[in-house]
Amino acid sequence: MASQSQFYHQTRIPSTYARWWKHFYENKLAFIALVIFVSMCLVAIFANFIAPYDPTLSFTDAIHKPPSWYDAGDTQFLLGTDYIGRDIFSRLVFGARLSLSLAGAVVLLSASAGIFLGVVSAFANSWIDALIMRVMDFILALPSLLLAVVIVAVIGRGLPNAIYAVAIVLIPHFVLATRTAIKHEILKEYVTAMRLDGASKTRLFYHCILPNILPPIIIQLTLAFSTAILEIASLGFLGLGAQAPHPEWGTILSESHNDILFASWTVTLPGLAIFFTLLSINLVGDGLRDAMDLEKNK
Amino acid sequence: MLYLALRQVLNLILSFFVLTIFTFSLAKAFPDGVSFIVDYVPVDIYSGDSLLHDSQLNSSQINNFRLNESEQNENIFISYFHYLSQILTGHFGYSTVRGTSVFSEFFIYFPATLELSFGAIIFALGLGLPLGIFAAQNKNKWQDKLIVSTSLAGSSIPIFWWAMLLVLFFSLLLGITPVASRIGFEYDIIPVTGFMLIDTLLSKQPYSIDAFFSAIHHLILPAIVLGTIPLTAITRTTRSSMIRVLSEDYIRSAKTRGISVAQVIWKYALRNAMIPIITVLSLQISVLIAGSLLTETIFSWPGAGKWLLEAVNRRDFPVIHGGILAIASVIILSHLALDFASMLVDPKWRQR
Repeated sequence: MASQSQFYHQTRIPSTYARWWKHFYENKLAFIALVIFVSMCLVAIFANFIAPYDPTLSFTDAIHKPPSWYDAGDTQFLLGTDYIGRDIFSRLVFGARLSLSLAGAVVLLSASAGIFLGVVSAFANSWIDALIMRVMDFILALPSLLLAVVIVAVIGRGLPNAIYAVAIVLIPHFVLATRTAIKHEILKEYVTAMRLDGASKTRLFYHCILPNILPPIIIQLTLAFSTAILEIASLGFLGLGAQAPHPEWGTILSESHNDILFASWTVTLPGLAIFFTLLSINLVGDGLRDAMDLEKNK
Repeated sequence: MLYLALRQVLNLILSFFVLTIFTFSLAKAFPDGVSFIVDYVPVDIYSGDSLLHDSQLNSSQINNFRLNESEQNENIFISYFHYLSQILTGHFGYSTVRGTSVFSEFFIYFPATLELSFGAIIFALGLGLPLGIFAAQNKNKWQDKLIVSTSLAGSSIPIFWWAMLLVLFFSLLLGITPVASRIGFEYDIIPVTGFMLIDTLLSKQPYSIDAFFSAIHHLILPAIVLGTIPLTAITRTTRSSMIRVLSEDYIRSAKTRGISVAQVIWKYALRNAMIPIITVLSLQISVLIAGSLLTETIFSWPGAGKWLLEAVNRRDFPVIHGGILAIASVIILSHLALDFASMLVDPKWRQR
C-alpha cells in the first residue's frame, strides 16, 4: 500500500512561465514596479472615469491655479491648472492613455516588422542576411531621435507620422535580438535532431526555436516600450509629435516650458509622470531579465 | 594590426556608401527632389544672377538646375553618381532660407555641439569613473547599492525634463548658473574656431579671461544635462568591469606585493577595465547627438541640433539633408576613432 502511494507521489514541475513568475515575484523592487505599471495602465484604460474634467476644457477663471497642497490651491483642481486653466490632473490621466497606447502601437509595429526581418535574416542565405544587417547597423549607428526627426521632416509632423518614425527607429533592436537568439539556438543539438527528423524550416521555427528565443524578445519588448514612450515624448516636446491640444506628456511639457518661473508645477508634475512610467518599465525589464537569467543558469 | 586597420577603413567606406544611399533616397523623398539640393544655386529673383559672389560654380552649372524636370529624365544611377560627386566635393546645397552654403554653415554650428558634447563627456567620465570604481570597491555595501540604484533611476530620466528641473533649481531658485546661450551678452567674441572656450582665449579683447570664465559658466548646466545619461551608463559599466578585473589573479598578486590600493586601481586595474568602457563610450556618441537636439533647444545653444530642428520647422530641405549627412559622417568617423582607441588599449587586438 505504501509503495503504491509512493508510486503516485510525483514531484510537480512548474511550467517555465510559473518559474519565471516565481523568480520575478521574489524580486521585490521589480514587483513593486510591475504594480505601478499595471496601475498606470488601469488609469489609462479608465481615464474617462478617473479624470474629473475634459483634458481640453479650459477654466478661464482658474488660470495657473497651484496644486491643492499649496496655500493658494483648490481641491477642485487636484494638481492645479495650466496657462489656459486646464486641469493638469485630467490632462495627465488622459496623457497616460495617449502615451501608453501610442507606445503600444509603436512596439506592435516595430516588433512585428523587426521579428519578421530577424527571422528572415537568420534563416535566409548569407546575401540577404548581410544586406539586412548592413541596413540595421546603419540605422543603429544614427541617433534614434535624430532619425525620427528626419523621418517626421519628410513625411510631415503629427501623431501618426511620429508613430511610424519611432517604430522605424526601433526595428533594428528587434532584428538584432531575434537574429542573435536564433543563431545561438540553431547550433544546439535538439534543433539538429529535429532537422534530421526532416522538419521543414517553418516547423523548425515555430515548434522548436520560437519557444526558446522568447526571453530575449520579451526583454526587448519592455525595453522598446520605454524607449517608445521617451521618444514620443521627446518628439512631442520638440513640437514634431502630438500637436498642442492633445494631452501628450511631452507636448504638455513643451507648452508649459515658458511658465517654469512662476508655475513650476506645470513642468514638474508631467515630467514626474513620464519619469515614473519609464522607471517602472525599466525596473520590470530588469526584473524579467534577472528572472530569465536565473532560470537559464540553473 | 594592419589587416584590422584596413578592415576598419573598408567598413568605414561601406558605411559611408550606405549613408549616401540613405541621404540620396531622403533627398528623393523631399518635395523638390535631389537636383534641388545638389545643383540649386540661390539666384536673385530680379536679375537672375547668382547671389554667391565667391561662387566657384559657373553659369552652366546654374543653368543645369531645373526643378524636378532633369531628375525625371535622368537614370537613377547617373543621378546618384552625380549626387555622390557633388557630395564628395563638399556641395551640400544652399539653405533656402538664408541662401548660405549648408557645408559652411555646418562648420559654424557644429563646433558648439562638439564643445557641449566634450563638456558632457568630461562630466560623465570625471564623475562616472570614480563613482563606478568606488562602487566596485564597496561591492554590495550600501554605498554600492545607492550608486547603482541612482544610476538606474538616472537612466530613465527624460533629459528635457531633467534640464528644466536643473534650470528651475540652479538658475531660477539659486541663481548661480545662466539660463541660456553660450556666453554673457556683454562680451563681443569674434568666432575663429567656433569653440567658444578657445575663441575667448584667442580674442584680443581686454576682457578675454573674463569671457573665458563666462563661457565655462554657461557651459556647466547644459553639459551636466547632456552628460547625465552617459554618466549613468559609464558608472554602471565601470562598476561591473572593475568588479570583474579586481577579482583577477594579477590584481591579487599586485596587492600582495604591497602596492598601494590607489596604485593598484588606477595603474593596474583601470587599464584592463577601460576596454568595455570605451565600447560604451562609442555607444554614447549617438546618445549625445540625440540629446543635443533637446539640450540645445532648452538652453538656446546655437549648435547643430538646434540648427537642424529650425530647418525642420522651416522646411529648409537642403539644411535637413546636409545636416543629417554631416552629423552621420561625424558619428561614423568617431566610431572608427574609438575602435582604434580600443585597439591601442587592448593588447589582444594588436597581436591579431
